[in-house]
Amino acid sequence: MICLGIEGTAHTISVGIVKDTRGKCRVLSNVIKIYRPEQGGGIHPREAANHHADFVADLIRESVNKANVDFDDVDLISFSKGPGLGPCLRTAATAARALALSLDKPIMGVNHCVAHLEIGRGTISDCIDPVLLYTSGANTQVIAFAEGRYRVFGETLDIGIGNCLDKFGRTLKLDFPCGPKIEELAKSGKEYLELPYSIKGMDIAFSGLLTAAEQYYDDGKRIEDICYSIQETTFAALTEVTERAMAHTEKDEVLLGGGVAANKRLQDMANTMASERGARFFVPSKDLCIDNGAMIAWLGFLMYDSGMRMGIEESVIDQRFRTDMVDVSWRD
Amino acid sequence: MTEKTILYRGAEAEIRLARYMGFRVVQKRRMPKSYRIKNIDDRLISMRTREEAKLMTEARIRGVSVPIIYDVDLEKGIITMEYLKGKRIKDILNNLSEKERMCICNKVGESIARFHNNDIIHGDITTSNMILLDDRVHFIDFGLGEKNSEMEAKGVDLHVLMEAIESTHSRYAKCFDYVLDGYRKEFKGDAGLVVKKIEEIVKRGRYR
Repeated sequence: MICLGIEGTAHTISVGIVKDTRGKCRVLSNVIKIYRPEQGGGIHPREAANHHADFVADLIRESVNKANVDFDDVDLISFSKGPGLGPCLRTAATAARALALSLDKPIMGVNHCVAHLEIGRGTISDCIDPVLLYTSGANTQVIAFAEGRYRVFGETLDIGIGNCLDKFGRTLKLDFPCGPKIEELAKSGKEYLELPYSIKGMDIAFSGLLTAAEQYYDDGKRIEDICYSIQETTFAALTEVTERAMAHTEKDEVLLGGGVAANKRLQDMANTMASERGARFFVPSKDLCIDNGAMIAWLGFLMYDSGMRMGIEESVIDQRFRTDMVDVSWRD
Repeated sequence: MTEKTILYRGAEAEIRLARYMGFRVVQKRRMPKSYRIKNIDDRLISMRTREEAKLMTEARIRGVSVPIIYDVDLEKGIITMEYLKGKRIKDILNNLSEKERMCICNKVGESIARFHNNDIIHGDITTSNMILLDDRVHFIDFGLGEKNSEMEAKGVDLHVLMEAIESTHSRYAKCFDYVLDGYRKEFKGDAGLVVKKIEEIVKRGRYR
């Protein structure tokens, strides 16, 4: 079965085409276009949606060309149902509906966070039952399968880790996304500056740390040292909550997902943690870590293949679509 | 101290069975984590060991069942304490009758109220951190605890338990209501405000 997925929850509009091969996911194409806000600003939902509307048709065509398939070969259209920004979600959903109707193909709306986990399981051969550390701009969640659902074992109590990095980056007048630039600066960090390390159970908070980091900046501390200290502190806390969730659920695989998963220091820490407890560590390729259409396509396939169906009148978005609201019919 | 059997290896610490001055004891040792830099690791281990010992001692004075502490080693991150030969609530809760479940959850709520009355925040109230022994619910692992008088802290504390029940005992979601019943009975302040705080935290969480 060949499935085309459209992702559009926030900054990114993306179209991916996947094919199932013996239960695993083969990515045929995955084209991605990212809206970048003006310097010093955050995302403007309407402008991001306009950006998505401008590019989605071209991306659909490009994905089909790159996948080397015809529109007729596509068996299913899926889209990101949520969570995300309303205007962005509606743009992607509208494109999916238009495509499904014009090609006369079935449609499936999927949960964005679950898609991040499933693309890891789908594309990495030994990744069977992982605890996912999902870190992106808006989302910071530790997700694992338990009692028939993907449950959130820990999450941020205030802002996402990516958002935390972006906000500090804006203080430094860096361009969006700031994470990679902070990673670069952190490499020249020498002195660790103490920052709040805030864990409540398996939940985590970053806003106090952000304020303290901005205070260091105002006090004229070396930028490299602040970046280094932010990374060491936040990533250690993320790794710790992930390890706690692994101990709690008695699972021995850790999977990274989301844009921040591309950070080498975070990968290092999660990898070290995993090997110390005899667990395995996985991270998908970068274009499957960031928001992308292929993961939406793959989850759409899994749902459809398990017998789920969605009428066009049900193909509505849900800005507050919780991870644990998804009925996971494709797993035992 | 001879004879050391590992009882449990958690994410943060190892729990070993040992002998201490002729007693059968449990030793909780926080393990160094090589994924984090030494500076953070040392700070967390000694801070958490000290806080935990302090909070356990105070909780005990305030009428909450916790293991008796015999010795604390801040540098090595070891707390030596009484051995409780009971059962984890996590392991038994799903297999009880509804009436027993209610009774135990009420007790849990009462105990939480007792330490909250004294501004003790446990920080990780899950059913794996409660041991049933002689009809009493003992609380262990105050490792992420703190002293905090704010309503917010009490709300977050209970919210952790709510999430733990939803994920580990999802078929028995009423458990948390039973906990709150016990909490209301024993809490000295306005328990309604704490419940409101929990609702607020649920709404504040992303995408709920």
